[in-house]
Amino acid sequence: MQPRHQFFSPARVSAIAGNTLLELVRQKVFYFLLIFALVLIGASFFMGFLRPELQFQVMKDVSLGAMSVFTWLLAVLATAMMLPKDIEERTLYTILAKPVPRFEYLLGKLLGVFVMLAISTVVMGAIFAAVLYAKEQLAIAEALQEGKITDPAQIAEIVRNVKASTFTWSLVPGVIAIYFKAAIFAALTLLISTFASSWIFTIVVSVAVYLIGHLTPIAREYWLADGGTWLAKVGLALIALFFPDLQLFNLADDIVAGNAIALGLFLHTVGLGCLYIAVYGCLAYWMFANKEL
Amino acid sequence: MKRIAVLLVALLVFGAVKLPMERAITDAHRAAYFRGAKLDLTLREQIGQGAFVAALSGFRGVIADILTIQAFTAWENTQWSRVIFLYNQITTLQPRVIMHWETAAGYTASDASVAALEDPKQPRQALRVKASRDFIQQGREFLERGIRNNPDRYVLFNKLGALLAQKTEDHYAAYEAFSKAAEFPDCMGYEKRFAAYELSRCPGREAQAYALLLKLYRMGASQHTPMLLGRIAAMEEKLDIPSDQRVCNQHGSPQ
Repeated sequence: MQPRHQFFSPARVSAIAGNTLLELVRQKVFYFLLIFALVLIGASFFMGFLRPELQFQVMKDVSLGAMSVFTWLLAVLATAMMLPKDIEERTLYTILAKPVPRFEYLLGKLLGVFVMLAISTVVMGAIFAAVLYAKEQLAIAEALQEGKITDPAQIAEIVRNVKASTFTWSLVPGVIAIYFKAAIFAALTLLISTFASSWIFTIVVSVAVYLIGHLTPIAREYWLADGGTWLAKVGLALIALFFPDLQLFNLADDIVAGNAIALGLFLHTVGLGCLYIAVYGCLAYWMFANKEL
Repeated sequence: MKRIAVLLVALLVFGAVKLPMERAITDAHRAAYFRGAKLDLTLREQIGQGAFVAALSGFRGVIADILTIQAFTAWENTQWSRVIFLYNQITTLQPRVIMHWETAAGYTASDASVAALEDPKQPRQALRVKASRDFIQQGREFLERGIRNNPDRYVLFNKLGALLAQKTEDHYAAYEAFSKAAEFPDCMGYEKRFAAYELSRCPGREAQAYALLLKLYRMGASQHTPMLLGRIAAMEEKLDIPSDQRVCNQHGSPQ
């Protein structure tokens, strides 16, 4: 007797996700990690002429900025190529000819990208923490050597001050927010690629959305404020409604400045990120389900 | 075409649903001192379009760091106007980084003001003094703006107190700044003492200062610093406290 076909199978989804990840690995996407490490190590040596607190500040800004760029680029490039490549290589037809629903295919593909982004973020975070730790140890050694300090209380104070300006756990929410921004872009790029005529179009539109998405809060503010012509109001309303507010996920700059984010607020922000992903994912499925292949 | 139209309508409906959520989270972020940077057209004219777009796209910190390195070079070359110009941009981009406000105030109120006072190109002393005072005022303004952007942190109140005490001789304003710093639970133990020292330097406020100094003195041996004892002795002398009621003798040591 033939086994009954399941409407939704996590095993099938995970198989597609695994294959997507494997494909991305074969495309050597993780090579950018080497560039990231070089940027970080280079920045740490280049900043030698600045005083230690400023060096740490620059290193944290550069690292988190590079993380943000790399994850976003990875999300857009990996997702934009996904569907066109599968269509071109005819893999899509082979998969969909089997009893695999389209939403499982799409979900598996998206999960594969999410896992790749998670691995990248974790590895970049680990490199960041390691370089910062090495610089921290150097700074402590230099501070203790220069002053020839012997008083244990003073030594403890120096160590505490240096550690406070290097890696702290409060940076983690900033890194998670960077991941979510990239994940939103993966879902959004997938949505665009379901109706795009080419992957270049998908990438161009994604970059435009990235730029406009950072202006969404400004557009919303002016739209809801008094004054302005109706034409301007309509334009601003369309920007505020159509595009995601990406500034919500730019927490890293303020976290580096010493701001701590409350858990509740962070969960709300992440929750909104999940909502964006879910809605863009569902719309991508709807578009893909009605697409003639 | 129909599919695209339906997609746009769906995005519009989702936009209406997400709008109140985005606004609520934005307000909560602002209340928690996130996203306080005011990225307006003045800044855009100063830092250029590319840097402005980068700052808007979540790279405020990186742009501020590049400007900080430029400001460091300007400081090395004693180009004080450029230092101030750059630090105005840096602090606009990163208003929550205490270090930038501190550095800006230090470069202007200390380094630039001393350089202006010793400027060999300016033969007139009155103009040198005026230039020096202007730089001190700029430093004060940096710290006051820093405090407006960071009212939840004590450090800039402390720095303002130190600047007012050392550079302007406005001891009452310095007392107020140190007192505000002392109100923070995470402040350094010396803030209250610094406030009392400054109050003791304000003519006509000796009685109030003496009461404050005594209050600190009674807090225990950890507060009995030579400076505190010296200020108590000076106040006792000024207020003509009878010798049997004095806490300190004339040399500042406890009786």
